[in-house]
Amino acid sequence: MKIVKIYEDSCVYCHLCEVACIVEHSQSKDIIKAFKRETKPIARCSAEFNYPLSYSVMCRHCDDAPCIEACQTGAMHRDERGYVVVNEDKCVGCWMCIMACPYGVIKKDERREVWGLSTKCDLCPDRETPACVEACPNNALMFEEV
Amino acid sequence: MKWMKNLKNYTPPAFKVIRDDDRCIRCKACVEQCSFDATFYDEEEDKIWNWDANCVSCDRCAAICPTEAITVETRGYSYRHNYSWGSHIDSLKKRAIFGGTPVVSMGNDKPYKIYWDHLLLNASQVTNPSIDPLREPMELKTFLGKKPHSLSLKDGKPDTRIYPQLELNVPIMFAAMSYGALSYNVVEALGRAAQHVGTFYNSGEGGLNKDHYKFQGNIIVQVASGRFGVHKPYLDVGSAIEIKIGQGAKPGIGGHLPGEKVTETISETRMMPQGSDAISPAPHHDVYSIEDLRQLIYALKEATEYSKPIIVKIAAVHNVAAIASGITRAGADIICIDGFKGGTGASPQVIRDNVGLPIEMALAVVDTRLRDEGIRQDISIIASGGIRNSMDVVKAIALGADAVYIGTAALLAIGCTMCQQCHTGKCAWGITTQDPHLSKRVNPDIASQRLINLLDVWALEIKETMGAMGINSIESLRGNRLNLRGIDLTEKEMEILGVLPAGE
Repeated sequence: MKIVKIYEDSCVYCHLCEVACIVEHSQSKDIIKAFKRETKPIARCSAEFNYPLSYSVMCRHCDDAPCIEACQTGAMHRDERGYVVVNEDKCVGCWMCIMACPYGVIKKDERREVWGLSTKCDLCPDRETPACVEACPNNALMFEEV
Repeated sequence: MKWMKNLKNYTPPAFKVIRDDDRCIRCKACVEQCSFDATFYDEEEDKIWNWDANCVSCDRCAAICPTEAITVETRGYSYRHNYSWGSHIDSLKKRAIFGGTPVVSMGNDKPYKIYWDHLLLNASQVTNPSIDPLREPMELKTFLGKKPHSLSLKDGKPDTRIYPQLELNVPIMFAAMSYGALSYNVVEALGRAAQHVGTFYNSGEGGLNKDHYKFQGNIIVQVASGRFGVHKPYLDVGSAIEIKIGQGAKPGIGGHLPGEKVTETISETRMMPQGSDAISPAPHHDVYSIEDLRQLIYALKEATEYSKPIIVKIAAVHNVAAIASGITRAGADIICIDGFKGGTGASPQVIRDNVGLPIEMALAVVDTRLRDEGIRQDISIIASGGIRNSMDVVKAIALGADAVYIGTAALLAIGCTMCQQCHTGKCAWGITTQDPHLSKRVNPDIASQRLINLLDVWALEIKETMGAMGINSIESLRGNRLNLRGIDLTEKEMEILGVLPAGE
């Protein structure tokens, strides 16, 4: 199974992984429209910085995923690819997955009107290589076999 | 705005950052990437501002911007046009305001004549066949070092003393750039590329980090006037030892690595206190004559049991031919001549822009002089300083060089945009910095692959050109000035270069 591997020694903290993630998860998939016209989606990866360290972090798709354990509705589940994803219809926004995640990579999407939605990296199901990996200018993110 | 202009220390900004607000998505990539404090974000206004006075036109922001919203332009002078004063106005003002002589980096950027661009190459037509390098073998292998005067046989076997040689798969090496001037990752990339291609990189005068001893077999180690990091294991790991007398960008001037760049690892490598300026004296204090140089050459040969060639590197200066003759007679195996377009990590502007000779001239006169004196086989010549493309390499070899050094060209391959800020230690491309966050911008995997690509492509281009000339070995091109013709040159210039005018 391939996941996004993080090479912190090469991260230049440019945020382009976040930009690419937002574009990929927008309606138009157009960088200008995603940022200026639409309600901007949440970036599922986040570039972290504590000089001189920096890296981008996103869901590790743990074998023993605490978020799946914590989810009361079964919204957080493992899909046929083996990746941990959220079933939007089942998520009730209780944020237990956020509490459970050891990496802090699940985010609150509070735009949904009735209740919130847990948002996390889905490894871009429509793409061969995730958008963040493709956008990284310095190979700090690589899509590789575990 | 984060800054406010003050007339007391004002000189007009040289560049202007233009941002297309329709395209800007406020991703702030440019803000993070600017290491010169020229770009910043105002959260209240949701606006990205530029302070043009700090901009050095390194183009990092424009390169990283995902929507191509940024262009960096050179600002015209706002003063009344004056042909004779031009850029001298600001240059003078800066000295008057700050009370110091400006330090600059990279090579001489003044519009002196570039002789490479006035030399044309020959090609075969009808009377001699050209060669297709894709179908027939072409030899670029080069040996640097003292060659025997004659070959003799004893009992049918060679009985000639062969001096130590450097074996190069391509006649191109990476010039001396020290660890300290360059970041760790860049040195790593140069080493990997040299190892892969089968050529050499030069450690520069800053010693060798213990991690880079793994490149043994592809390192030339340098002994400069500061003697930083010189010890027995250092001399032993080099395939050749280079004595640096001078450097094209600053002939007659020593080196200066600012204390800010002397980090813990640099101090360990250079064997000097952390945070103190690394100052190489202008002369070697034990070399005041050719005889003294001979002593140093033989001291190094003795220390390494005569197993390695000794290179002497000098800047191209007015009487370079006589000096080269002296160096040959002093026992050096290889001489490196560095032209005035050669780069540096820091040099006083006045020296960089006004001192030295073009490498083309220096190379031609040295080769001619050594041939005239019958000692050309005693020494190999490396041309350095201002080699920009593969054709410069071909022309240099035809003028008499055995191989060339590339420094600036190698850095350009890694990402350098020649903004000439190496001395600040803030390189936005992560090349000439010791800042642990900035130096991450060079990924050795990517950088070494680019260097390998560059050398591979240049090698192919050299083979193509040699094939067109009907030459299948770089040996046959060496000093073959009949394959060169001068264009737009005076008779005297062509006489010095030893080439015929176009059409003759």
